[in-house]
Amino acid sequence: MKLIIFAGPPTCGKTTVIKQVIRRLLNKGLKPSYLKIDVLFADEDEQLRSEFNIPTKKIYSGELCPDHCNVVVLDEVVEWAEEQQAEYLIVETAGLCLRCSPYVENSLGVVVLEATSGMNLPRKIGPMLTLADICVITKIDLVSQAEREVFRYRILEAAKTISIVESNALYGIGIDPIVRDIIRSQDIEQPMFLKGNPPVGTCTICVGKKEIGAKNHFGVLRTMENELFYVGE
Amino acid sequence: MYTNSIDITCNFAENYFMDINKITVIGGIGKDKSPEKVEKFELCMGNIISIVGPTGCGKTTLINDIELFANKNTPSMRTILINDEPVAEDFTFDPSKHPIALISQHTNFLSDLPVGEFLKIHSTIRGSENVSAMIDETLDFANQLTGEAIIKETAMTQLSGGQTRSLLIADAVIIGNSPIILLDEIENAGIHRTKALELLKNYQKIFVFVTHDPRIALLSDFRIIMKNGAMQKMITTSDEEKMAAIGLKQLDDIMLDFRKMIRAGEEITNDIFDKHINYLVTNYQYSLKK
Repeated sequence: MKLIIFAGPPTCGKTTVIKQVIRRLLNKGLKPSYLKIDVLFADEDEQLRSEFNIPTKKIYSGELCPDHCNVVVLDEVVEWAEEQQAEYLIVETAGLCLRCSPYVENSLGVVVLEATSGMNLPRKIGPMLTLADICVITKIDLVSQAEREVFRYRILEAAKTISIVESNALYGIGIDPIVRDIIRSQDIEQPMFLKGNPPVGTCTICVGKKEIGAKNHFGVLRTMENELFYVGE
Repeated sequence: MYTNSIDITCNFAENYFMDINKITVIGGIGKDKSPEKVEKFELCMGNIISIVGPTGCGKTTLINDIELFANKNTPSMRTILINDEPVAEDFTFDPSKHPIALISQHTNFLSDLPVGEFLKIHSTIRGSENVSAMIDETLDFANQLTGEAIIKETAMTQLSGGQTRSLLIADAVIIGNSPIILLDEIENAGIHRTKALELLKNYQKIFVFVTHDPRIALLSDFRIIMKNGAMQKMITTSDEEKMAAIGLKQLDDIMLDFRKMIRAGEEITNDIFDKHINYLVTNYQYSLKK
């Protein structure tokens, strides 16, 4: 099982990039599955299921931060994807506060940023960018050449070894290199660990417990099927 | 697994595009999947060419293919060669090394920095040795294209449509120094077209215009006619057409004159109108004799 985690600010074009990626994986006879983690509303799972007829799932994080939710449910979702006999699990998250990063060791981390969000964005977002393997820049046709160059320069300033892909995903431009890296990526290994150190805080993840799975955490937890429960004193 | 991949790519790109002499566009298929009538065309340094055709005929798709160095991997199945060689499919560019600058109808500045600050950031990341001279040259170029001069202290977002387009072109030519510049319908932006073409001819670059403007088309070395997603025809500008371009220039100048008068609050009387038309006819016949 290969795990690909797509992160990025809301409306940056993650789903559009993912659709193009899934289309190409299917054309190569590969078997992708898809998980969407969002806070309150998402219908991308239904869109993708009806468009591509692949196993999809959505989880509302509700009271939890979506990246926190990702950490406590991801082991179960991987099991689900394996049951579906998928070869690839594509996770789309709506990481919000930009202090965490959702990427897991041995997974491929893809951050999607829109060129229209201003030249300073790469300096503002931290581990969601610096711990990613690939940075996809979308909506490149809308900004000046100069700003494209500055945007890219600042991404490399923040994340020196990241692969940058400029994409006009609506027209499927720039998607092939992403698919190539997805196919070349490693299989995940159990137990899974987060790539980065979470920030200082009061929840188990915020204080540095990187093990994936609700059984490794305490406080307010949940399962894949959305039952919140509490473990602890 | 990604370590160092950036460095390698950058160096490769730098060497790869040090000397572009020629771009070749090899035709693919149109919207109806039949092969394009123009099998191929070549662009050499110093060329100015136009792509023409009705809206929706695939003009923008053609310049997108050029910008991407398509290698039978876009819906049109076209192939772009640089110095007779294809560009590797998975090749991705650092935009500061990318030999092509595309200025489209949608391209805009988003930054609200003052113009001078913005140009400084761009020329600094380009490793320019004399940043302030670079900024002055860029502003000077832009100000020859636009009616209202751009001031260094103006915020980028306050520039008018014409000022923005002028600065985009000037930045791509001077600071970006891109060898190939694609301009998608710049005539809609209210810039000085005659001046633009005159200025651009001084730079040894390839300029590709997507245009509905007959003057730009007739001042080009040749034009590609598009229809239904396919390149239908290639016309080299004949001497006859070059003469027509002169006549069109005079027509255009008269239009500009009227524009100036209307902007200045003058009224267009019969007298003024006739005077302009008579001037046009005499002048055109004179230039024909010459």
